[in-house]
Amino acid sequence: MSETSGGWLSRLKSGLSRTSEKLSGGISSALTGKTLDAQTLERLEEALIGADLGVSTAAKLSAALAKEKFDKEINDTEVREALAQNISSILEPVAVPLEISAAKKPHVILVVGVNGSGKTTTIGKLAKNWVGHGKTVVLAAGDTFRAAAVEQLKIWGERTHCKVIARDTGSDAAGLAFEALEQARNENADILLIDTAGRLQNRDDLMGELAKIIRVLQKLDPEAPHSCLLVLDATVGQNAHSQVETFKEMTDVSGLVMTKLDGTARGGVVVALAERFGLPVHAVGVGEGEDDLQPFDHEIFARNLLGLNP
Amino acid sequence: MFDTLSTRLSDVFDTLKKRGALSEADVTSALREIRVALLEADVALPVVKDFIEAVRERAVGEEVVRSVTPGQMVVKIVNDHLTEMLGGDQAEINLAAAPPAAIMMVGLQGSGKTTSTAKVAIHLRDQLRKKTLMASLDVRRPAAQQQLQVLGTDADIATLPIVPFETPEMITTRAMDTARKEGYDVVLLDTAGRLHIDDELMDEAASVHEIAKPVETLFVADAMTGQDAVNAAQAFHQKLDVTGIVLTRIDGDARGGAALSVRAVTGCPIKLLGTGEKLDALEVFHPERIASRILGMGDVVTLVEKASEVVEEEEAEKLAAKIQKGQFDFEDFAKQLQQVRKMGGMGGIMGMLPGSQKVKAQMGAANVDDKALARQEAIILSMTPKERRNPKLFNGSRRRRVAAGAGTTVQEVNRLLKQFQQMSKMMKRMNKLGQKGMMRHGMPGMMGQ
Repeated sequence: MSETSGGWLSRLKSGLSRTSEKLSGGISSALTGKTLDAQTLERLEEALIGADLGVSTAAKLSAALAKEKFDKEINDTEVREALAQNISSILEPVAVPLEISAAKKPHVILVVGVNGSGKTTTIGKLAKNWVGHGKTVVLAAGDTFRAAAVEQLKIWGERTHCKVIARDTGSDAAGLAFEALEQARNENADILLIDTAGRLQNRDDLMGELAKIIRVLQKLDPEAPHSCLLVLDATVGQNAHSQVETFKEMTDVSGLVMTKLDGTARGGVVVALAERFGLPVHAVGVGEGEDDLQPFDHEIFARNLLGLNP
Repeated sequence: MFDTLSTRLSDVFDTLKKRGALSEADVTSALREIRVALLEADVALPVVKDFIEAVRERAVGEEVVRSVTPGQMVVKIVNDHLTEMLGGDQAEINLAAAPPAAIMMVGLQGSGKTTSTAKVAIHLRDQLRKKTLMASLDVRRPAAQQQLQVLGTDADIATLPIVPFETPEMITTRAMDTARKEGYDVVLLDTAGRLHIDDELMDEAASVHEIAKPVETLFVADAMTGQDAVNAAQAFHQKLDVTGIVLTRIDGDARGGAALSVRAVTGCPIKLLGTGEKLDALEVFHPERIASRILGMGDVVTLVEKASEVVEEEEAEKLAAKIQKGQFDFEDFAKQLQQVRKMGGMGGIMGMLPGSQKVKAQMGAANVDDKALARQEAIILSMTPKERRNPKLFNGSRRRRVAAGAGTTVQEVNRLLKQFQQMSKMMKRMNKLGQKGMMRHGMPGMMGQ
């Protein structure tokens, strides 16, 4: 993924700033008194909950703040700085870019997630990025369930000049994945991106299908998939915990991509996820354009979440 | 979807119910628990606060103090208020307009608009006998228009032919014209997913709204949505005069707080629920049923409705008669298993029974699942008709044959035979007690492995 460039940073900021407006608005109104008292702390906690950080993470963060500053004089900016620092340090270990191993030909990436989280769009954006860096990328249209999902990926293939391996809707996804890996090998491709149908994590049968795709891939390459990306929608609230837990169990998820951060959704759940699972967050989606996928930066994310300049 | 919320709340209520008299402190601590439970269920903060305040007011008032069982009273207040917030009475889709009546589907990206559009069209055709034309206005997401077209072909619902490079406004005009000329009752407009803060796209939706003058504008919301649900719902409502809500993916394990939030900020009724990936997985929303499901009181009405849909009455009567005469055999057992499956499997049934969250956990521990039922069915199907009618025939070699036929072990077959014996015994005993009702007889027997 490309390094910091003007466009995406401002987009991410403008997306997050709405989040932070809300959050920092909440914090300013929390700080009506000059000292940090119990009531102020409670409102602070509520502001964090409102950003989808979850009850326990919010409590923990405000407790940490209380430990340092309780009954002391404190202003709005200081509170934000302190919180941003805490959040940033929680996120630091998970802000890891997705490494593509050059030794693998191809490096196989399985993309999973619930319905409507943005898997296919994320694949299109990832492909665009890697093709731009001179890699050969093959796409596998593994969503053989949803109507026109195959066509959707084919259009991304045309846009990014990538070969798309596809079968008709309704055919076996595992068989397709196998064929795609064979073909990607024959073409000596660097990366194989496998799309999958969206599935709710409590559907055991559908989760079993994912396990089957992996089993079948491993017949060709025992190490495949080399990466398994779980795509999370930033508008999703606390259910993200259940999503990560179940997908991780079934498919050994290696990293997360958080999409739709250009809205007012706060994506604060990522802080709680970092604490609980420690899975790398590789990238964030900040728009529908093909360049709107960017590396996850813990500091920018944390500071923006609290309405501070990066 | 409401499982975890139910479990949490029923713990709170268990403690409350045990109390004789409630102090204000009791109520406060219970409300604190309820607050956390609702927040963890993704109900938006402002909505939670209003909810707690309203309940507190009523709970610490005279109503509770004077009642004989204050704990029960608080539970009732919470339940009533929850039902009230979810929308009081049930609301159907409104088609009161000169045909063609337009219905516009709006929402964020990935909330499930296109699938819901097809589901609504099928619902209108099958339940209300309306002839519907579907049109996709999504010119942004690749292959979105094809998606609706494919769904239309699969479900045998007409879709507006796709013309490349048309704007959403042009498609809308063409859809309304076509519907007028060709005599459609309803036009379903599937719009592109958009962010509520994207002014350009929100304006576009507004001008489509202006052209089509929809009688219903349905906001499609994902049950998994977090705190942001209120912002999106509010913005869509302000710009487009939303008239109703379709809540999707309630078959997931999200706690569904978005239902409360969206309903509270828009004041619009939740009209329909998306309950699965298949095109017939759409249900009319019943507020009081969902409220009691949230509270762990069980959705008995749905269960009874489902049962009466699935279990043919005559057959049920026959079975009851057989049970009374003590003639229940494996043929009947197999039929019962099939009915359980038709009603959505054990999980589906249990979710609708009162207090079932705890039973469900126990069942999980005892390994009673739908797979076990399928295996049992396979064993029964491998028996000869004679054996099914007279289980006493089973000797070693018959057991081996059945095991091989069902692809299982003799031990499994033995277990089923033993279970069947226990069931028959229990039924005879129950007959002596003079109880009636097939469910009561059958279910404990199948669960007690």
